[in-house]
Amino acid sequence: MLILGIETATERVSVAIGGHEGVLGMFEVTRGRRHAETLTPAIDFVCRQADVTLDEISVVAVDVGPGLFTGMRVGLAAGKAIAQALRVPMIAISSLDLLAYPLRRTDKVIAAVIDARKGEIFHALYRQVPGGIQRVSEPTAGRVDDLIADLLARSQEVVCVGDGAIRYRDEISAGYRVEIAEQFFAYPSSAPLVQLAHAKALREEWVNPWEVEALYLRKPDAEINWSTRNDGKTS
Amino acid sequence: MSTTGKHLRPIDDSTVVLAIETSCDETAASLVMGGVDVLSSVVSSQIDLHAQYGGVVPEIAGRAHLDLLNPVVARAIVESGVDETRIDAVAATHGPGLIGALLVGVSAAKSLALTWDVPYIGVNHLEAHLYAGLLEKPDLEMPLVVLLVSGGHTMLIEMRNHGEYRLLGRTIDDAAGEAFDKVARFLDLGYPGGPAVDAIAREGDPNAIDFPRAMRNEGLDFSFSGLKTSVINFVRKNPAVRTADVAASFQAAVVDVLVHKTRRAAEQVGAKGVVLGGGVAANSLLRDRFAAMCADDGRACLVPSRAMCTDNAAMIGAAAWYRLRSDGATSLDTGAFPNLRLPLIEGSW
Ligand SMILES: [Zn+2]
Repeated sequence: MLILGIETATERVSVAIGGHEGVLGMFEVTRGRRHAETLTPAIDFVCRQADVTLDEISVVAVDVGPGLFTGMRVGLAAGKAIAQALRVPMIAISSLDLLAYPLRRTDKVIAAVIDARKGEIFHALYRQVPGGIQRVSEPTAGRVDDLIADLLARSQEVVCVGDGAIRYRDEISAGYRVEIAEQFFAYPSSAPLVQLAHAKALREEWVNPWEVEALYLRKPDAEINWSTRNDGKTS
Repeated sequence: MSTTGKHLRPIDDSTVVLAIETSCDETAASLVMGGVDVLSSVVSSQIDLHAQYGGVVPEIAGRAHLDLLNPVVARAIVESGVDETRIDAVAATHGPGLIGALLVGVSAAKSLALTWDVPYIGVNHLEAHLYAGLLEKPDLEMPLVVLLVSGGHTMLIEMRNHGEYRLLGRTIDDAAGEAFDKVARFLDLGYPGGPAVDAIAREGDPNAIDFPRAMRNEGLDFSFSGLKTSVINFVRKNPAVRTADVAASFQAAVVDVLVHKTRRAAEQVGAKGVVLGGGVAANSLLRDRFAAMCADDGRACLVPSRAMCTDNAAMIGAAAWYRLRSDGATSLDTGAFPNLRLPLIEGSW
């Protein structure tokens, strides 16, 4: 079973192919051109270098967010199109899971924190369980203060990971004593995506391409403005 | 090295293009053979999602495109009656339009092209509107004058040959479709404004109010923002006026200028025919007056079906076929171009 993993939820574009034998090929870039320009050539490149043709792929795994909407949709549109054309199922994994997973050896609570721009973050908490991690809070969009309040209520040892943790390092550290994971872990990557997807694929936890939906966690601005404007009005 | 073009067969009448359109608020896919033969054309409109905001909300459009694209593409393939292994190229609108909306179609189209190992073609949406007419009459003799009128554009274009365009005139302020939307909103007729004005104008008197015909006798450019202001001022001063009369008189003023300038442009370049295109080309009065003008002048006339005037993917498939034939495939490392313009030939101005 070969899995194509596509990751575009943050500033990074990351593509990997792997399966039973681990990651066979991978491309990753965190700066440079935009997602749409980079992604398709990256998939082509990884396939060629790993000596795999796309029709050998039996599952397409995607990061469904939360993250930056436009970039996220580039990866989702690509993954859904490839899965549809190949008639293979998909596996959808959250960007927050992908951030927490590489830190699974820690005893601390893992807080995955993605910069949501506009002064907000996307976050979720995880803890170590045999063989991996388990999510212990729902993925949420909010302010750094909300996360700190949540951590204070738990009063456990915490490690924060993600570009949101790096950006708001000072605010988080001032509010609660935490470890901030280093920059090398700041963005989700397609290697843990393929690894997590492989485990799910063995359990046949897949979905059809048209069932894969982005995890936005935030309404479009117009809808927010509209509902605020119409608060209290009867329609 | 990308795979683009590796399996490129000669481009001919049997070349099948799968085309995708996601530049604004229609998610569309179509299979077109040989640049003219529409095998299928599926359009899923998001109008209902945007109506309550009185205009297209970019983020809502991006989300809807992502959700709708797979089923729309699947349906276009099934309805075409051809097997997907017969698809020779995949095209998508890559501009102009909303960046977040365009990227969904571009990313999907490039991925399909990569998976099937066929060329990808990035298509200019404005050029595609010119081809919407030619889908129905591919044998029209050039040069043609095309009046392209939509919510975002009002242009008079001379088409000398495939890919050879000269801009003759354009709006200096609002697009014609924008004027329809703004007046409809002011008159409380609902969204989208074009069809709403068109419908109520049928019950009104187009000669009831003599709205200004801006720049009617000056060159080939247009201006519609003054007309919109006149409508607002008139209704404020005459609150008892019948809305149907205002709508009919406004519509008559817009159409009068559009038709008058198209005729003048056609005379100026010695056009063999005139073509109407863009969303506003679905307007009943414009279609009637356009056809009548051509009959009077003895010029070949092309008023496409309403479905071909509004955004669709069949026109993308037609334009893609000509672009593939002239320029070859588009590289897989290109993205979307929200401000893309029509490629004009030298000496345009
Ligand atoms: Zn259009």
